[in-house]
Amino acid sequence: METSDENLVTLAQAGDAAAFSALVSRHYDLIHRIGYRILGSQVEAQDMAQDLCLSLATKIKNFRAESKFTTWLYRVAINAARDRLRKRSTRRKISENWGDYETNSRAADAKNRAQLDWLNQAMKTLPDDLRETVALVLGEELTHDATANALNISPGTVSWRMSEVKKHLRALAQSEELIR
Amino acid sequence: MNELDKLQAALRDTTPAPNADAKAEALRLAAENFAHLQESAPDARPISKAPQKGSIWKGITSMFNRANLRPALYATSCLVVAGAIFTNYQPIQDGLPTLQDAEPITSAEVAQAPEPAVLAERAEGDAVANRLPQQAEEEAPQVPSSTSKAANAAPLGALNSQPQAKPAPRKKRAMNQSLDLESSGIAQLESSGIVAPLSHQDDAIVAPQPNDDQFASAPENAVKVTAQDPVSTFSIDVDTASYAYVRSTLLNGGQLRPDAVRVEEMVNYFTYDYAAPAKNADTPFTTQISVTQTPWNPDTQLVQIGIQGEKPAVENRPPLNLVFLIDTSGSMQNANKLPLLKQSLSLMLGELHPTDQVAIVTYAGSAGTVLEPTNASETATILAALDALNAGGSTAGGAGLRAAYALADQMRADGEISRVLLATDGDFNVGINNPDDMKSFIEKNRNSGTYLSVLGFGRGNYRDDMMQTLAQNGNGTAAYIDALAEAQKTLVDQLAGALFPIANDVKIQVEFNPSVVAEYRLIGYETRALNREDFNNDKVDAGEIGAGHQVTALYEITPVGSPAIRNDPLRYAADAAPSDATEIGSFKLRYKSPGATESQLITTPITPFETPTDAGFAAAIAGFGQLLKGSDYTKDYSFDDAITLATQTKGADPFGYRAEAIRLMKLAKLRK
Repeated sequence: METSDENLVTLAQAGDAAAFSALVSRHYDLIHRIGYRILGSQVEAQDMAQDLCLSLATKIKNFRAESKFTTWLYRVAINAARDRLRKRSTRRKISENWGDYETNSRAADAKNRAQLDWLNQAMKTLPDDLRETVALVLGEELTHDATANALNISPGTVSWRMSEVKKHLRALAQSEELIR
Repeated sequence: MNELDKLQAALRDTTPAPNADAKAEALRLAAENFAHLQESAPDARPISKAPQKGSIWKGITSMFNRANLRPALYATSCLVVAGAIFTNYQPIQDGLPTLQDAEPITSAEVAQAPEPAVLAERAEGDAVANRLPQQAEEEAPQVPSSTSKAANAAPLGALNSQPQAKPAPRKKRAMNQSLDLESSGIAQLESSGIVAPLSHQDDAIVAPQPNDDQFASAPENAVKVTAQDPVSTFSIDVDTASYAYVRSTLLNGGQLRPDAVRVEEMVNYFTYDYAAPAKNADTPFTTQISVTQTPWNPDTQLVQIGIQGEKPAVENRPPLNLVFLIDTSGSMQNANKLPLLKQSLSLMLGELHPTDQVAIVTYAGSAGTVLEPTNASETATILAALDALNAGGSTAGGAGLRAAYALADQMRADGEISRVLLATDGDFNVGINNPDDMKSFIEKNRNSGTYLSVLGFGRGNYRDDMMQTLAQNGNGTAAYIDALAEAQKTLVDQLAGALFPIANDVKIQVEFNPSVVAEYRLIGYETRALNREDFNNDKVDAGEIGAGHQVTALYEITPVGSPAIRNDPLRYAADAAPSDATEIGSFKLRYKSPGATESQLITTPITPFETPTDAGFAAAIAGFGQLLKGSDYTKDYSFDDAITLATQTKGADPFGYRAEAIRLMKLAKLRK
C-alpha cells in the first residue's frame, strides 16, 4: 500500500530526501494542472510548477497536519498561480489572462481544437476568483467543502461562485450565437 | 449537456499532460534543493522556527525585533542566514528566480535588476501567434539577460556539471542585503519593499486584474437653457477610435468603461446618405440639417447636422509622403498589435501610387530609421522592412516623433502631402509621457505642414487619451484597429479621407433661437468643446475634414412649452421677446482651405422643416452610445429600442457596418 501523503510529509519534514522526492513526484501533475487552468499557458504552468517544487523544500516545513496535504498543496499552488498572474498584470499589463496563443498552436489535434477554442473563450470571460473555483470544483472534482477549504472561503461562497460561472457561460453561449 | 459539464469536459480533454522532461527537471531541482537545505540545516534553523505562514525573512525579522540581541550576534547570524539562502538557490543560479514565491532573496534580486526581468517576461510570455513556444524560447537569449526560461533553453547539462557556476556575485548581493539590514533596520527594509513580499503569503487576496487603458473623456454635456446660453461651439471630430474600442470590448467579453464611450465617434463611424458637393462648388463640402423626433424622449427633437466632404478624383491626387512611425516596444508583441499592424500596413501599400514615398521609423528604447524614403512601387523592399520589425524594449515616443517629423521634412517637395502615420498602443512611457507636454511638441511641428494620424492597437495599456491628444493637435485622425476588417475600412476603403485634408480647423457654432428652443444639448463632442470666442479666432486649432469624410453632430432640443423642459424659468429674467420666427437656430461653420491661414465662414439657418436625411440610424447609434455611457437623458430607452430603430433604418448597408452595430447592441443588451 502507498504511504500516505501525511506520512511522507512527516518524514520529509524530518529531512528524509526520498520521502520528499516521492511527495513532489506524486503531486507534480496536480501543481501543473492547477497552473495550467489558472494561467492558461503550458509554458507558464511548467515554470510555475518548477518554481513551486523548488520552494516546497522550505515550504513543506510550514505544513501542519491540521488539513489534508493536498488541500494545503492546492492552496499553495493557487497562491503561486495568483502571484504569477499579479506579476503578469503589473509587468505586462495584459488584461486577457487566459490562453496565450501558444496554447492554441501547440495543443490539440483538429478534434480538440474547437473545444479548446471554446475553453479559451470561456476561461477568459471568467474573473480570476471564478476561474480558481472552476479549476478546483470542475478540474479537480473537489467537493464544495474541500474547495472552500483550499480557497479559505465559505462553502456558500463556492456554491455562489459556481452559479456565477453558469451565468457567465450562458451569456457566452448567447453571444456566440449572435456573433455567428 | 449543461454548461458546467461542458466546461468540465473541456478542461479534462484539453489540459495538456506535463512535459516529461520539464517534470523530470523540476523534480531533480527540487530534490537537489531539498538536499542542500538539509546540509545547511543547522545554520538554517531560524527558517523552521518561522511562523507557519511566514518565510525566512519573518524569522529574521522576529529575530532582530528582540531587543536584547547583541550586535555581534546580529551581524554574524545575518551572514549565516544569507549564506543558507544562497545555498538553497544554487541550482538555478543562472536564471533569475521568479518573484512569486515571495522569498526574500528573490525580491532582492529582482529589485536590483528589474528591467531585464521585465523584458524576459515579455519575451517568454507574449509569444506571438503561430510561433511555437520552443521557438519563442530560443529567441529569449536575445533579451539582454538570462532568465529561468533562458536557463531552461540552455543545455541542461550545463547546470548539472557546474552547480557552483558563478556563485560569487549572488553571494555578495545577498550579504550586502544583510548588512543593509543590520545598519538601517527592518523598517527601512519594509519601506523599500524588500520585506513587503511577506504579504504575498498563502492567504493573499487576489488583486483584481487592472485594465489600464486610459481614456480622454469629459463629463457628459449638460442641458443648456437657450435664454441664458444660446450659443454652442465645438470642433468637428472625424475620429472613430471609440467605436472600434467599444466593439472590441463587447466582442471579447470585457467590462466596458463609460469613459471609453465617445458618442460622437460612434455616430461618425458610419457613413450616412448625405448629398455630395457639386463639382466646382464654392465650398469643398455640403451641409445638411434635419430635425426629427428624438427616439428616447417624445417631447424633444433631434437636430442632425451632416457635413459631406468632396471626393477629389483619386487618380489626380498629389504625391504622398508617408512616414510610418511604428511602436515596436515590448508591449506591442501581442498578435492584435504588431502582427496586425504589419498586415494592416501591407494592405494599405496596395492603395498607394507609384509616385508616393514611404519611410519607416521605429521607436523602442531608441528611435531608428528602418526604411529610408522609398518609392511605393518597390513593394518588396517595403514589405521586407515591415516584416523585419520585432517588438522589444520600452517606448521612446518623443524621440520617435522627432525622427519621423525630420524624415517627413526631408521628403517634402512642392505640391506633395506629407503625413506621419503613428501606429502604437499609445504607451509612451519614455521621454514625453505627459499629454500636455506631448501636445505642445506636436503643436510646434504641426505648423511645418506635416499631418499626423494615429492608429491605435491592442488593449490593456491602450492610452486613448494620448492618442486623442496626438491626433487632435497634429491635424490628424485617430482610428483604433482591432481587426483586419477595420484596417481595411480605415486604410483602404477610406484611405483618401484619412490622408488628404480638404478643410482644416473646421469649427461649428450653433446659435439657438430662445423663442423656439427652450433647452438644448449637444450629444457627445465633450472632448471637442470650444469657447464661444474661439470660433472667430483663427489661431485656435480644430478638427480636419479629409477627402470624402463625413461629420455628423446631433443636438437634442426641447421646444418652448414642451413638458420635457428641465429647468424652471427664472423669475427675474427679462421675458424673451415674443417672436413669430420659426427658425430653430442658426448654423455657422468656419474652415480653412489647406495651406490657408484665414478661415471662411458658412452660415445656414436651421428650420424645423428640414427633410430628414438618413436620420434614424444616427439617432439609434446615439441612443446606443448614451446607453453604454449610462447617460441621464435617455430615460426609459432600452437596447431593444435602439435595436428596433437601427434595424428599421439600416438601409442598404453595402459593407455590413450597420448590421455589425446591431449585433453589438444585442451583445451589449446581454452583458447588461
